[in-house]
Amino acid sequence: MTLSQLNPGQKGTIVSFTDSEMAVKLMEMGCLPGEIVEVERCAPLGCPIAIRVAGYQLCLRKAEAAVIIIQ
Amino acid sequence: MADLKVALVGNPNTGKSTLFNLLTGLNQKIGNFPGITVDKKTGYCKLPSGKTAEVIDLPGTYSLYPKSKDESIVFQVLADKDNSSHPDIIVLVADSTNLRRNLLLFSQVADLGIPMLLVLNMADMAKKEGIDIDTNKLAERLGVQVVNISARKGEGLGTLKEAISQTTTIATQTTGISTLDFAPKAIAAVKEKIGTDNDYYALQVLHQHEHLNFFTPEDQTEIKAIATNNGFDTVKLQGEETVARYKHLSKVLADVVTDTGAAKKFTVTDKLDSILTHKVWGFLIFIFILFFIFNAIFSWSSTPMDLIEGGFAWLTEWGHENLPAGVFTDLLLDGVVAGLGGIVIFIPQIAILFALISILEDTGYMARVTFMMDKIMRKFGLSGKSVVPMIGGIACAVPSIMSARNIESWKDRIITIMVTPLVSCSARLPVYTLLISLVVPDEKVWGVLNLQGLTLMGMYLISIVAAVLVALVFKFIIKAKERSYFIMELPVYRMPRWSNVLYTMYEKSKTFVIEAGKVIIAISIILWVMSTYGPSKRFDAINAKYDKIEATSTDSVQLASLERDRSAEKLENSYAGIIGKSIEPAIKPLGYDWKIGIALITSFAAREAFVGTMATIYSVEGADDENGELRLRDKIAAAKDPVTGLPIFTVATAFSLMLFYAFAMQCMSTVAVVYRETKSWKWPMIQLVYMTVMAYFAALIAYQLLK
Repeated sequence: MTLSQLNPGQKGTIVSFTDSEMAVKLMEMGCLPGEIVEVERCAPLGCPIAIRVAGYQLCLRKAEAAVIIIQ
Repeated sequence: MADLKVALVGNPNTGKSTLFNLLTGLNQKIGNFPGITVDKKTGYCKLPSGKTAEVIDLPGTYSLYPKSKDESIVFQVLADKDNSSHPDIIVLVADSTNLRRNLLLFSQVADLGIPMLLVLNMADMAKKEGIDIDTNKLAERLGVQVVNISARKGEGLGTLKEAISQTTTIATQTTGISTLDFAPKAIAAVKEKIGTDNDYYALQVLHQHEHLNFFTPEDQTEIKAIATNNGFDTVKLQGEETVARYKHLSKVLADVVTDTGAAKKFTVTDKLDSILTHKVWGFLIFIFILFFIFNAIFSWSSTPMDLIEGGFAWLTEWGHENLPAGVFTDLLLDGVVAGLGGIVIFIPQIAILFALISILEDTGYMARVTFMMDKIMRKFGLSGKSVVPMIGGIACAVPSIMSARNIESWKDRIITIMVTPLVSCSARLPVYTLLISLVVPDEKVWGVLNLQGLTLMGMYLISIVAAVLVALVFKFIIKAKERSYFIMELPVYRMPRWSNVLYTMYEKSKTFVIEAGKVIIAISIILWVMSTYGPSKRFDAINAKYDKIEATSTDSVQLASLERDRSAEKLENSYAGIIGKSIEPAIKPLGYDWKIGIALITSFAAREAFVGTMATIYSVEGADDENGELRLRDKIAAAKDPVTGLPIFTVATAFSLMLFYAFAMQCMSTVAVVYRETKSWKWPMIQLVYMTVMAYFAALIAYQLLK
């Protein structure tokens, strides 16, 4: 499944990415395979979402979260 | 002059700017990077060795691979040895509470082979959260000096300065990954081509040579050919490099960082976020904050503004009484002082506005606004990140347009740049304030809300709605160059650093007064000359006519008003009057006379010139008047149409004028900055035309409906 399918409060471990261009950007921001991500909350209109990863908070759109495969 | 150059490099939100302020104090200036039109903050710092270091603050970035225009500066400066900002020493500022991600940038920068040292900021916070860092072990593994500081508390500064003095001129850092393995042939070819022995520099050149303007077009073609011939896949290689670097960093950080505590730093932020980004409360609080800003601009500034206005009125009066009468005195008082008063008066408002905006940014709230607004903004072809320039546009479009640099997508960024000048900036404030005070009664609505304040807020709302609607139009016209994305760090909430707020307030107000002041003084002088002198034939005729009446008339009432009529007729026939009259047919349908026409023309350089122009025109007209000390507002209110005898400034004229000023592109600085940012005349010209057309028709409709 992908990160965009998680609800606030749920966690997962990053496995890989479906888009290599986005992968570089995400990895530079600390989203590495093996890292645990937790969805913290959604913006008032449902998108973007705020996640906790590598000890800090990151926000990204659902479309970008859909690139991250988790388990 | 400086003995050595030190560049601060680091991730966003690491306290880099706070450290910069601490190192340089007020001894800093904002200039341009040579060849790159991006603000460069530099300052000077005395080192314990007695040497002086020039400190350069580079934009925050997560990686040397740029995502936005702002970030691309970092590699451009570090790559170009001939760039006058190229540092001798790099100080890499890292957040102790998130070391691994911060060290990714460190390891990239380290491989460029420039002498450097590592600063671990927020050391105190890390300790509080139970994060313990073995700096000695880290220093040994990285091969550089590691200094713990707390920029917020000002701790560790002495040690840092000492460490900068001790940094050797030869780079000592260890290399973590073998760069050559990524693209051996291409790297070797580029090394030979550009004459470097640094593998990583060559690799970076292969990745981003297009952004490097110190290569000639021939060089560019050759480098490109090397990349193509060797099958250089930039996306794939960036990914491989990042993975390799993180792998290496895991080894470096093994038993260097021990995290004993829970993630305490988020508890407060979590609680605040659950309210501040709440479905309902989030937006309500945001609207409340905006309302608070408008209210503060109006109410907090009224006392200092009255004092400034009174001061300038006193100065003019005193000058006319005590200085020798003559052309020079008139020029000084009615030209320069009147024009200058028009600009100085709005220092309080600018200062309040910039202070409040910098507080919102500093606390981390602005990032939440971006987060909340992204989905709405996307519907209009903008991005959540467009909110910051647009809110900043309330202060001034110029820095705001520059701040749009951190918007990654080209289309989002262009649209943001195109609509930001529509947001009512502080230069429109005095125009609105003056006109509102003329036609809107100072009354309370429902006992609490001030009618004038509400009208002002209405003007701001109109401007924001206009900006959003225009953005929507552009969304369908402009074609995207790449896909838009939105990945952003949400920093933890912090108390604002009051010294930073004060620096921003001081810096922006100073820049504004100096930049706008130059234009205003020039315009004021030109205007004074043009409204005082006219074609000599016409002036001789007027003088002859009035001299004759004066000599023959015995009517005392007629004689009293004679001087005023004479100067009014002179103004009408002056060069400024002639120009104003010549555009009168075009602006008559908007409800303006030739005097307002003069103000419109001068406002095309800078809209704040409106008030100054009105001040100059009305004080020229009333110079020989006994009521010379009348305040500008009263003079304008008393202005009457010579034919019909009706007041010129009616509700219809005032609102028509306000709408004109709300939409028209009357700011040379904005045109210049849009040209600089988009690197073409196409965008500023489109902007100038669409805004002027919009302004004309909005004013026309308002006047015709209200009159």
